[in-house]
Amino acid sequence: MSIDESTAARVAKLARIKVEPEALPALAQEFNTILGFIEQLNEVDVEGVEPMTSVTPQKLRWRADVVNDGDQQTKVLANAPDAREGFFAVPKVVE
Amino acid sequence: MDNLNKLGLAEARDALRAGDVTSKELVQACLTAIEGAGALNAFVHHTPELAMEQAEAADARLKAGDAPAMCGLPIGIKDLFCTKGVPSQAGSRILEGFIPEYESTVSQQLLDAGAVTLGKLNMDEFAMGSSNETSVYGNAVNPWRRGNDDAALTPGGSSGGSAAAVAADLCLAATGTDTGGSIRQPAAFTGITGIKPTYGRCSRWGVVAFASSLDQAGPMTKNVRDAAIMLEAMCGHDAKDSTSVDLAVPNFEAALTGDMRGKKIGIPREYRMDGMSAEIDALWQNGIAMMKDAGAEIVDISLPHTKYALPAYYVIAPAEASSNLARYDGVRYGHRAKLAPGDGITEMYERTRAEGFGHEVQRRVMVGTYVLSAGFYDAYYNRARKVRTLIKRDFEDAFAQGIDCILTPATPSAAFGLGEMTDADPVAMYLNDVFTVTVNLAGLPGISVPAGQDGQGLPLGLQLIGRPWEEADLLSSAYALEKRAGFVAKPEKWW
Repeated sequence: MSIDESTAARVAKLARIKVEPEALPALAQEFNTILGFIEQLNEVDVEGVEPMTSVTPQKLRWRADVVNDGDQQTKVLANAPDAREGFFAVPKVVE
Repeated sequence: MDNLNKLGLAEARDALRAGDVTSKELVQACLTAIEGAGALNAFVHHTPELAMEQAEAADARLKAGDAPAMCGLPIGIKDLFCTKGVPSQAGSRILEGFIPEYESTVSQQLLDAGAVTLGKLNMDEFAMGSSNETSVYGNAVNPWRRGNDDAALTPGGSSGGSAAAVAADLCLAATGTDTGGSIRQPAAFTGITGIKPTYGRCSRWGVVAFASSLDQAGPMTKNVRDAAIMLEAMCGHDAKDSTSVDLAVPNFEAALTGDMRGKKIGIPREYRMDGMSAEIDALWQNGIAMMKDAGAEIVDISLPHTKYALPAYYVIAPAEASSNLARYDGVRYGHRAKLAPGDGITEMYERTRAEGFGHEVQRRVMVGTYVLSAGFYDAYYNRARKVRTLIKRDFEDAFAQGIDCILTPATPSAAFGLGEMTDADPVAMYLNDVFTVTVNLAGLPGISVPAGQDGQGLPLGLQLIGRPWEEADLLSSAYALEKRAGFVAKPEKWW
């Protein structure tokens, strides 16, 4: 599998990272090096093997379905780059 | 007492309880050492006033005879842990200015155990790196040098600041985190001890996430006894982390007998890599001889899927990272890019992340995005998770044969020069974790113990891998190794 510039651009878009067009060839090359390394996994016979979901077999615990936290608006907003009137502020999303 | 910063945790604890020294004196010695060690770039956020307040409180508790396990002991905290009111950036520009409103469970437990925190320690950005060179703060520097050569060496990564600080006696011990080797490799590069416990032993709550199924916190200390003391304080069930396990935490220090009689130590043949250096091989053989001398039985074992651990890791870890790091969007915390007229929300995300993430982090997020994308999920991500099942099974088979722990080198080489790997392809840097990454994939506990020096005087470490939840036994085996290795060398002060 070889990654070309348009695939690299698509991946950058999906990852929401701006990559300038002139940086795409080098990026595609790096992807190919890493994916080339990963390709080794194709040598392994994984027939009938379950993909791991949890490294320690454990059942997730249940807890009572009750409110156990909240009322922390000031703290939640304290680190926001732009917070106004109790909300996070962002550029216009809907036209 | 002089040179109080050079004490380990156990020694300082005993001196505090005997009334030979106060916590304030210990803290002052560390603060002075930190002030004089700017060249190491280990501490990146300093909290001397907070440390002095904590020391004063600790001294009062000691006086009142109400001293918990780590009362009055000054330590450093890796920048990956969220610490209330103290900058916590994970070594990244994207978290510049982030001051948590909460304390991570592990650092809170250390505070509850009476520990004094001196500040935050340098690390690779989001713990992605093996040399501390991806840090937004610039790299930390290894206090060790090759003989009289003044070339600056890496302290390893990602917990490079923690390793440099402990090795240079800027603090008595430090926290680290380990996703693929980030405690054990820097510990080996700097001649200190570092343990990654079983996945689920330490709560991950409040620790900035890299790869959630692999990340574990652990202590980085001057010796095995100190690792036992500090690990015990860090472990325990936490309702805020659904993967933290509800198991009693044993008294690890009390378990340090070093008695290896009747124990079986496995030597995995697949760890004898092509091109392994003669020095690393000799170190390993010495380790085997030491374990025999301690009364253990040495057994050759096979872990057939070892070779596939790194490639599986470089699918799983970036995949989880791409998901975890999606939260850095310039909305809730950290950096937001300045927008041009007409820019909308997508441009805000894209510019923010391009400016805020360094090169290695961007690369891993994008690789993760790719292996999770439609059409490739099965070929890459699911296949890697199947291989992970096989890697874990290899260890289970070895333990089922009666193996108590497994002895391997910690790293394929001693510390390398800063900048030496700049032009290498990313995979060359990844090979640093070849002996450590299997342990994260299998969720096992692993410890690196300094066991020798190379021809240029640099420290080398051996790794012991234990059965799940058997940290007490693992620490005791490490203690036996430490006693026989007799590693006492310290870096000569040049900074």
